[in-house]
Amino acid sequence: MTTIPDATAPADAAPRFESVQQVRDALRDVDYLADDGIAGIAYLADRLQKPILVEGPAGTGKTQLAKSIAEITGAKLIRLQCYEGLDESKALYEWNYKKQLLRIQTERGENEDWTDIQDDIFSDEFLLTRPLLEAITSDEPVVLLIDEVDRVEVETEALLLEILSDYQVSIPELGTIVAKQIPLVFLTSNNTRELSEALKRRCLYLHVDYPDLERERQIVLAKTPGITENLADQVSRIVRSIRQLDLKKAPSVSETLDWARTLMLLNIETIDEQTAKETLNILLKYQTDIAKAAKELTVDE
Amino acid sequence: MTDTSEATSAQRGGMLDLLNGFVVELRNAGLPVSLTENLDAMEAVQHIELEDRDTFKYALGATLIKNHAHWRSFETVFEVYFSLRGPEYKIGEGGDDTDIDDLWRELQDAQQQGEGKGQGGMDGMTPEEIAQMLMQALMNGDQGMMRAMAKQSVQRFAGMEPGRPVGGTYYLYRTLRNLDLDNMLEKMMEASQQDAPDQLTSLEKRLEKEEFQDQIEKFKGEIESEIRRRLVADRGAEAMAKTLRKPLPEDVEFMHASRDEMSSLKKALGPLTRKLAARLARKRKHKRKGPLDFRSTVRHSLSYGGVPAEPKFKAPRVAKPELIVIADISGSVAAFARFTLMLVYAIQNQFSKVRSFVFIDGIDEVTDYFKATEDIQEAIHRVNTEADVVWVDGHSDYGHAFEVWWNEYGKDVTAKSTVLFLGDARNNYHASQAWVVKEIQAKARHVYWLNPEPRSYWNTGDSIVGEYGAHTDGVYECRNLRQLEAFVDLLA
Repeated sequence: MTTIPDATAPADAAPRFESVQQVRDALRDVDYLADDGIAGIAYLADRLQKPILVEGPAGTGKTQLAKSIAEITGAKLIRLQCYEGLDESKALYEWNYKKQLLRIQTERGENEDWTDIQDDIFSDEFLLTRPLLEAITSDEPVVLLIDEVDRVEVETEALLLEILSDYQVSIPELGTIVAKQIPLVFLTSNNTRELSEALKRRCLYLHVDYPDLERERQIVLAKTPGITENLADQVSRIVRSIRQLDLKKAPSVSETLDWARTLMLLNIETIDEQTAKETLNILLKYQTDIAKAAKELTVDE
Repeated sequence: MTDTSEATSAQRGGMLDLLNGFVVELRNAGLPVSLTENLDAMEAVQHIELEDRDTFKYALGATLIKNHAHWRSFETVFEVYFSLRGPEYKIGEGGDDTDIDDLWRELQDAQQQGEGKGQGGMDGMTPEEIAQMLMQALMNGDQGMMRAMAKQSVQRFAGMEPGRPVGGTYYLYRTLRNLDLDNMLEKMMEASQQDAPDQLTSLEKRLEKEEFQDQIEKFKGEIESEIRRRLVADRGAEAMAKTLRKPLPEDVEFMHASRDEMSSLKKALGPLTRKLAARLARKRKHKRKGPLDFRSTVRHSLSYGGVPAEPKFKAPRVAKPELIVIADISGSVAAFARFTLMLVYAIQNQFSKVRSFVFIDGIDEVTDYFKATEDIQEAIHRVNTEADVVWVDGHSDYGHAFEVWWNEYGKDVTAKSTVLFLGDARNNYHASQAWVVKEIQAKARHVYWLNPEPRSYWNTGDSIVGEYGAHTDGVYECRNLRQLEAFVDLLA
């Protein structure tokens, strides 16, 4: 899927997608099954040139969404993994001070003016670009994924604000670097803390929840080659049932897929209570959850 | 907003007004919508086809709502505000030419071919036939059919009259009573049992049952929105928006929560405690530095030629309080006590020790229930069922409970303890024994009282919260999760 230039839009912002339906079809082609909301918001983000903040439980395909969008638009995926303690020099840019030092030393002795050296060592050549800067200086189209943004401190969020709203980075020594192309930005969050209003305001909000029965069955079918319809159906139904229990951590889509693959490897064609119970530890990761689910699944109504 | 808008200015003006009203209503419902978000929404709707209701809804949702807990309130407002307006939704008239009606007629033809009764509408059918059709729709999970059934059911059973000042719940009740959904589940289970080639295993039965239940819930939702649509058509969006306004989960009052609201509260509690714990941990870590470390400062000053250029501080002393919770769990305040206990135990690593006691007129320690299991829900369940809290008649007697507690556990209160009382202090005119609270205050670090009643009710009737409150460091109104969260933040 390549970008189709639109005559009416400004040259720097040719929309990537024609319609919501096109987004959804294209995503389906790369085995990402989007629902109404996901495709619609991806389409809007492109048109409005706004970042998308994707929230939802772990393992529901938030990161995968960004990867898939990158795949269908043929864009380069640049990923910034957030963690506590992330700072400017890891996210935006850093001066290559070793190289700067070398530069100064090689010129020593010759009568060069200090201001010349200064101009020289604070130039592009000595700038190490980090993911955020890289995303906007790149010539080719880019999908920027800022993963698990809820892990950074509230103060660090401020680093992102300039790039998210104006697609530019200000470097005191160099001036402002403006984006060559507008990247499609995805921020994901597992919602371990409330993000700041300033950040939320700049983004479109997308909540990705566990898929419904039908969609999950489709996902299992698409992502587990060779699985029978019957088994996929059973897998998604049991997972749905387990999710309704009051658990510490409900099974995610990726765990559903792991489970389906395991059952395939074990050559199981229909799931009975015994197999379900024995393989629960693939779906659930807490002992209390496993015990609870095992109990629930075998209790006669 | 320049290039892509092709709408005529008149259309845009109308849309603008509608959106503005919508945003005002969202704000009235308590959802925070900023000016930029409002502008974004206006820009967003220019890029989509307005006929596509779902996309329209998601476009507005993505730009205006930035918190998933607010989504349900948003949906309600959306449905009211952008409900399908048109003659076919007038109360009392049958629909003429919507897709749903076509579908309905088709289905009915198919149904009645063998029986030779060829007439439209549900009026000609017996309740048994209706039940039969509904059951099939539910079992097949046929969305279109369910919507059609909902529409017809409301038309036939709700008895809606234009201008009648009755709430939607009344119509809902009437419709549901006639449909007899309670027995539907059993019938569906029987039918699926018969259809199955082999005997269903208990696992399969369980799955079937849950799916059927889910379908029935969905059907109820369809009926509700059908009633809402008709009411909006009758009374106008602005009037309905007000009556249908639902509080956000964090604003639901503990004491008056319905069952639905309770479950949404429970759901909201999980993320809330996670956030609270993360915030508290962070707070502790990034807290101000401790007092100036004179020795270290002087030592480091040597590298600056004796100038204390770099002041050094002592590491802050982390004092984790020991928490004692004493909670009234009699009927009216039970929900409040439950939520507070859940919240406290979810962040218990913020305290050096948590002990909890529950009482009605007798008092019992329940700390062990929480120690025995990792599952807070299970512990709460045990508190409700096993704790020995009734002394005479099972009516709240704060005085007696406090006195017993003081005699038995009073010695455990130390200068490190923070004591937390939960309850409305409605003492049924028993003796208050407020001296116990006074004694506790004399020994403990802090004493707080949380009252789930609105402040204006305090000290009315048999409430004597003022009498106890005089001996505490503060009495806090805790009617909803928002207030509870704010208090816990202050406590830890």
